[in-house]
Amino acid sequence: MSTIANPETTPPAAGPAATRDAVDVVARGRRRRGRRRNVVVAVLAALLVATFAVTLMVGQTFYGPGEVTSVILGEQVSGASFTVGRLRLPRATLGVLTGLCFGLGGVTFQTMLRNQLASPDIIGISSGASAAAACAIVFWSLSGAQVSMVAIVAALGVALLIYALSVRGGAAGTRLILVGIGLAAMLDSITAYVLSRAAEWDLQEALRWLTGSLNGARWADVLPVLVALVVLGPLLLARGRGLTMMQLGDDAAAALGVRVERTRLLVIVAAVCLIAFATAAAGPIAFVAFLSGPIAARLVGPGFSLLFPAALVGAVLVLVADFTGQFAFGLRYPVGVVTGVLGAPYLIYLIVRSNRAGGTL
Amino acid sequence: MTTTEATSAGGVAQLRRPRRMRLLWLLAVVAVLVVLMAVSVAVGSREVGWSDIVAALGGSADGLDRAAVSVRIPRTVLAVTVGAALAVSGAVMQGVTRNPLADPGILGVNMGAALAVVIGIAWFGLTSATGYIWTAIVGAGISAVFVYVIGSLGRGGPMPLKLALAGAATSAAFVSFITAIALPRNDIGANVRSWQIGGVGGASFDRIGQLTPFLVAGFVICLLSARGMNTLALGDDVAAGLGERVALTRAVAALGAVLLCGASTAIAGPIGFVGLVIPHLCRLLVGPDHRWLLPFSALTGAGLLTAADVLGRIVARPSEIDVGIVTALIGAPFFIVVVRRHKVRAL
Repeated sequence: MSTIANPETTPPAAGPAATRDAVDVVARGRRRRGRRRNVVVAVLAALLVATFAVTLMVGQTFYGPGEVTSVILGEQVSGASFTVGRLRLPRATLGVLTGLCFGLGGVTFQTMLRNQLASPDIIGISSGASAAAACAIVFWSLSGAQVSMVAIVAALGVALLIYALSVRGGAAGTRLILVGIGLAAMLDSITAYVLSRAAEWDLQEALRWLTGSLNGARWADVLPVLVALVVLGPLLLARGRGLTMMQLGDDAAAALGVRVERTRLLVIVAAVCLIAFATAAAGPIAFVAFLSGPIAARLVGPGFSLLFPAALVGAVLVLVADFTGQFAFGLRYPVGVVTGVLGAPYLIYLIVRSNRAGGTL
Repeated sequence: MTTTEATSAGGVAQLRRPRRMRLLWLLAVVAVLVVLMAVSVAVGSREVGWSDIVAALGGSADGLDRAAVSVRIPRTVLAVTVGAALAVSGAVMQGVTRNPLADPGILGVNMGAALAVVIGIAWFGLTSATGYIWTAIVGAGISAVFVYVIGSLGRGGPMPLKLALAGAATSAAFVSFITAIALPRNDIGANVRSWQIGGVGGASFDRIGQLTPFLVAGFVICLLSARGMNTLALGDDVAAGLGERVALTRAVAALGAVLLCGASTAIAGPIGFVGLVIPHLCRLLVGPDHRWLLPFSALTGAGLLTAADVLGRIVARPSEIDVGIVTALIGAPFFIVVVRRHKVRAL
């Protein structure tokens, strides 16, 4: 973006030839950064496929690529059919899908509000979905798609509440984040209360709703997330360009032909729904929504929509963290504990860096 | 900064409440606190007759009813002391950082204390209550310094937003570490989780006794720094011009606050928002003079935590809601109100 907004680098009064040169420079820069983005996306996609494959093959017992492939193709392989087909495959699939949802939803919020801290897991939207899901399961004995519905209603309600509470005479950036932090504290305490009432749950199950976990993933959990992603994902990705333009400011975006209000409403609802579906299935996997955007931004560089790269980063993060949590230590840590331990220091680092730079965050 | 100085110079007459008003409020607050303590002893999941309550207060623990009441007595005392400690700690933190959003919970100091205790339990075989308290105070001190340093990096020094963000991030990091440490240890896992929510249910006079010296020291330090904090409120430059040793006053007052919240976290777990709500309310009642604000905060904070504890017992009969959950439910909306009302940039 900096090269585009820097006309001073070319001498001003040198005639049409110089203008053509300048256009050339800009175009070349764009092409170069475009290539970089494509390379990054390709590498991320390859990494995702590789991690997915490793997750399916490696575990307590090792299964070769041939066995895994035949299980996926639906053949019966003794041992592998159960371990890979019933345990590892749904778990890895759920990991990929929730990672994509969190990454996509998170970066959408960050891009739209022009603030890395405005990700749904920091401003309380994930907490709302999680509290509602825990309530639905413990108090109302719901399951499956009904839990997702309750989580979505709650998440949309929280988003609306944050917006209503923080809008006052425009410029709501910092206030929005602080209001969100307050709401998150309240919603987390509701979750803690619900969990303390559900005595029959063990700690592992409770942790699903506190930090997020893929333990015991079943195909029934995978389905709603898959549907949400298939419907809402392309919708969001199609708006990526408009969203990037809206970073320049609403007026500039409108001048460039973006229907600002419509895009904003659509994008918010879609992102909140993605987050809510993923949370209802795997809990609020800590910091994935927050981390994916900044990591993708570092990799891709400025000037392009971050939506797709960030979604890939989210999926890779969840898979790697889940794999690490399962096998790197003596005990099986839920994925959310691993992402939390990694993500929270990064959040602190981000705050330090931004304070140093004197930015307004 | 200049605007705040201008208003404080112009508004001194309005901000200072008449002595009689303050004394009246003092009486009212004490009366409310006494009533709440009585209610806390009388009300619980078990209905108990008045005669049994009186007998239990006299030291008798015969029969289920009197035994139930004799459990409620130390619980009430603990709620009162912890509430007072957290409220004073919050008032001092707001004064020291000149930040309307300061609170031991929001700034991550409580979670620092909690993390230190969990580490102590997991790796250093910590068992005694005194050991808990020392560890918690060290943890609270380290995390207070950490959050303050992060929050005051860069232009403008420690602004409310930067401090609150640094505190929230540090809290989140500490919670993750606590979970990661406690999870593989089944024997302490459940214990840590219930303690992490924050509660006064497991009170005994024995543990309160071990808490007392730390709290007394904390209260004394805070009250002695009250005058210094009044000067700090004028801004660092003016305070230095008036002969106040700014850094020293800040450090001493912060030490008192850390003692108070560290010690109370060691016994009751990280309870949030008391230290945020109470000082703001008390400033409405008695004005910004810390010599009045701190004792008032102590009394009102004691009342709030007792009330929250009673509420938690009544609402969810026959089980209980932990007091930390109740304070978060009451306090978080208040936090949002403060965020909305203040120009968040500076106090």
